[in-house]
Amino acid sequence: MTSTTDKKNINLTLKIWRQKGPDNNGLETYYADDISTDMSFLEMIDVINERLTLEGKDPVAFDHDCREGICGMCGAMINGRAHGPEKGTTLCQLHMRHFADGDTLVIEPWRSRAFKIIKDLVVDRSPLDKIIQAGGYISVNAGGAPDANAIPIPQETAETAMDAATCIGCGACVASCPNASAMLFVGAKISHLALLPQGKPEAMLRVMDMVNEMDRLCFGNCANHRECEAECPKEISITNIARLNREFIKSRLF
Amino acid sequence: MSWFTNTFKTSIGKKLIMAVTGLSFICFLMAHLAGNLTLYGGENAFNSYVERLHTFGPVITIVELGLLFLVITHVLTGSILFYQNILARPIRYKVYKSAGGRSLGSATMPYSGFIILAFIIFHLINFHFADKTGTTIFQIVAKAFANPLYIVIYIAAMIVLAIHISHAFWSLFQTIGADHPKYTPLIRIAGIVISLIFGVGFGFLPVYVSLI
Repeated sequence: MTSTTDKKNINLTLKIWRQKGPDNNGLETYYADDISTDMSFLEMIDVINERLTLEGKDPVAFDHDCREGICGMCGAMINGRAHGPEKGTTLCQLHMRHFADGDTLVIEPWRSRAFKIIKDLVVDRSPLDKIIQAGGYISVNAGGAPDANAIPIPQETAETAMDAATCIGCGACVASCPNASAMLFVGAKISHLALLPQGKPEAMLRVMDMVNEMDRLCFGNCANHRECEAECPKEISITNIARLNREFIKSRLF
Repeated sequence: MSWFTNTFKTSIGKKLIMAVTGLSFICFLMAHLAGNLTLYGGENAFNSYVERLHTFGPVITIVELGLLFLVITHVLTGSILFYQNILARPIRYKVYKSAGGRSLGSATMPYSGFIILAFIIFHLINFHFADKTGTTIFQIVAKAFANPLYIVIYIAAMIVLAIHISHAFWSLFQTIGADHPKYTPLIRIAGIVISLIFGVGFGFLPVYVSLI
């Protein structure tokens, strides 16, 4: 059985961006030997960190939480691709079977003026929260749960809104955008509220407040490169950016 | 004024400026190409087209000033966006790969734009501000394209223009929010077709003129 086990394990060279310190400045090289292809990417980093800890070295700091691809906490650039090379996956759902024995992986944090680096691969994505705080909500009096289906919404509209609402706010759109723009994130948040009746009363104010906040936080300007759409782990379409543009024009003209 | 500044100081507002001014350039280029096609009719056809155009008198001057205003707006707004986009990622990635979204056009927009600006200045000096006493426009054009260097410059500029428009056309519809599964694929195709029409249509003229 040893041969089967050997076959499933791979050896990788990792070049991980580490916090500037007395000993390092930029990419640090680590050898990830004997990595099971059944592991997720984050489990692979766990193994590296265990080894580093045993050697008395500082483990690589990285963000993670649910490890089920639904929370939006994890994320890094793997060989220049947000969440790695697979389509529609978060880093935690990227498995090592997608890499070959002997591969060299360059691992970098999200890069954007708006996302300050906290440590190593951990970046501060609270600017996305600030955009939500600026208008990504509806104002209702909390009370008892309203009756289901009390407001009629066409099924197709509900589906389109849900497609936008699948955004987990991981920041891959910003990270992969050549201009570090947050338009896909804002487009998704604007869309899921603008499509539903509950979001309509504040639609005009919301779009200006969120766009102004996005600009204030120094995110870049969308140039319709479509990299965000290609990298989004929830595969959110740039149709939502067009809807955001429409909402913006509506709020300005009417 | 606050409505105006509040609208156009935003990122989307600036992109709308790019979209609307860009669309006017495409309309202008269509008219310009249609006029230039008279070159295929020979010297007399082209000269009579130019003569006819000049009978519009002050209207032409107003359109020219309008175009100048649109060019200045497009270039300045584009430069601001370009600068802000560089600032938005002060530390670049050591390794960056496209996931397949970028195209040659989208990746080179600011650069192709600046090249087109330089070309327009060159083009205007050659033909618009040329000394037209005792000569016809056709003679000026024919003399310019007798020089192979001019032909190369013009063809190269038209390739750059085609690349610019290949992204610009569908991108401007996306910016003004005109996006729907029904017609967006059509807009994408139209963008490629229009960029080819401009590239080939304008690009072959210098060659043709040099041959006749």
